[in-house]
Amino acid sequence: MMVRGPKGHAGLGGGTDLPVLLPAAERLQRRSERERLLGAPRLRLRGRDLAWLCLMLICFTGYAEAQAAAAGREPISIALLRWVPLLFQGFVFNIVISVLSMALGTVLGVVLGLMQISLLPPIRFSSWFVTQFFRNAPWLVLLFYCIFLLPFEIRAFGMRIPFPDWIKAIIGLSLPVMANVSEIVRGAVRSIPSGQWEAAESLAFNRNQTIWKIILPQCVKRMLPPWMNLYAILTMATVLASIVGVSEVMTLARRVLAAEVRNDLLIPLYGMILVWFFVYCYPIARLTQWLERRYAVKL
Amino acid sequence: MDVIYDWFRQLYIDHGINLTIVYDRFDRNRMLGGLWTTIKLSLTCLALSVLIGLVGAWLQGARSVLLRAVVQGYIQFFRNTPPLVQMYFFFFALGSLMPQVRNEFGFTQPMIDNYTWAIISLSFFAGAFNVEIFRSGIEAVPKSTVEAAESLGYTRLQSYIHVVLPLAFRVCLPALNNNLVNLVKTTTLAYAIAVPEMLYVANQIWSDAVNVPEMMTFLLFAYVALVGILVWVMRKWEQSMALPGYGR
Repeated sequence: MMVRGPKGHAGLGGGTDLPVLLPAAERLQRRSERERLLGAPRLRLRGRDLAWLCLMLICFTGYAEAQAAAAGREPISIALLRWVPLLFQGFVFNIVISVLSMALGTVLGVVLGLMQISLLPPIRFSSWFVTQFFRNAPWLVLLFYCIFLLPFEIRAFGMRIPFPDWIKAIIGLSLPVMANVSEIVRGAVRSIPSGQWEAAESLAFNRNQTIWKIILPQCVKRMLPPWMNLYAILTMATVLASIVGVSEVMTLARRVLAAEVRNDLLIPLYGMILVWFFVYCYPIARLTQWLERRYAVKL
Repeated sequence: MDVIYDWFRQLYIDHGINLTIVYDRFDRNRMLGGLWTTIKLSLTCLALSVLIGLVGAWLQGARSVLLRAVVQGYIQFFRNTPPLVQMYFFFFALGSLMPQVRNEFGFTQPMIDNYTWAIISLSFFAGAFNVEIFRSGIEAVPKSTVEAAESLGYTRLQSYIHVVLPLAFRVCLPALNNNLVNLVKTTTLAYAIAVPEMLYVANQIWSDAVNVPEMMTFLLFAYVALVGILVWVMRKWEQSMALPGYGR
């Protein structure tokens, strides 16, 4: 733990007035610990950024619109509006993928995370290994792995269960989510003061009861902000599915561009998708920040 | 070496596990090339992103309001958009605006090739995070320390090099390492603009030799090993650079 001087600065000797390092150092350290837990940087979206983005896009679209009018081509806004319903369907598909893979990843991750705090060394070690393995593998490689190696259908008991590529993408994206959730669970359990364990023991709770009735309820509060941040990151990562051919919003955007054969549509189109993602992730990121501040441990 | 190659060839004949990247010289060289490209790409982007971070942090301390606003806009843009979209933007949107040049065979080719675009976009992506990290690292060094260096006769540059940066760097290191590990994982995105790094080469090989499961498994383990080595080295470095009495 950090030794604190009387003025609240992190100090060497504890008794000195002189700050050895200013609070920024402490912030940076907390941040790096949080990022290490999450395996990804924390999103910090601000409303001002959206305003800037929209302004830039409007300026650019206006400029391109003027050029299109000068060249006697169809206005960009009309061409864009024609495709909005289709693209928005693709975007909703992205959201569906993100929700389902988050759900699957969370269920698996909580199990894996609880295995990580098991008292049996083989279970603890194997779940630690699985967690580290999937945390260190790039998301795209895991996605490729699932897309190419899972069968396109499963035959069981004379039934054919089809396995379309988007379900495979959900499984592929849920693997890194699982590893990160597992790490979040472990981190949250470890952040509960040991006094809680000892108090539970002195009240004759057994280990199972202690975990389910005392430790985990306290963990939920601590796990919520990093879990939501992970969800926002996952939502942005769903566009990776376009590389492996799932027809989500980026794939559709590329097809639209191919159908329209217009270069000036490129930036307004991708910009619109960018704004959609921003608008969807922004409330989540703000809520995360608010929860984080609310649940912050006051020192 | 031939014994090993023969063993893997026999493995294919006996069990159907076809690791062409071991016994086939052409595939082996392709895979080694891919591995080398990944490493080269990672190292170049690492160096450039640290450089961008240092310059950006320095510019953020500039007097000009405009300059600071530009740096802030750069950080916010690159932090909050998916790196894949950034890469497409650089390669397709900016790349199509660049002039074409004639190569030695007389064909026209773009002035900046896809490998360079990958380096540019990945460096800017990681650099945006580094600017913030370095800035808060420099912020963490108290003014009194700089004043103490001044009173000992250090010039501004000397105190920056001998006092501020060594302290700031040690404070930055954990956050910086997280970012660099992320960067190495993000290099796989260069696949999307056909840079022949490990994922792309593996794709070529499994298209030729039809050994998707073997190549995918190899790829997964190769990346985990690569990132694992990096994480391990960085941890050791962090431990040896830790400020005594500070942190855990």
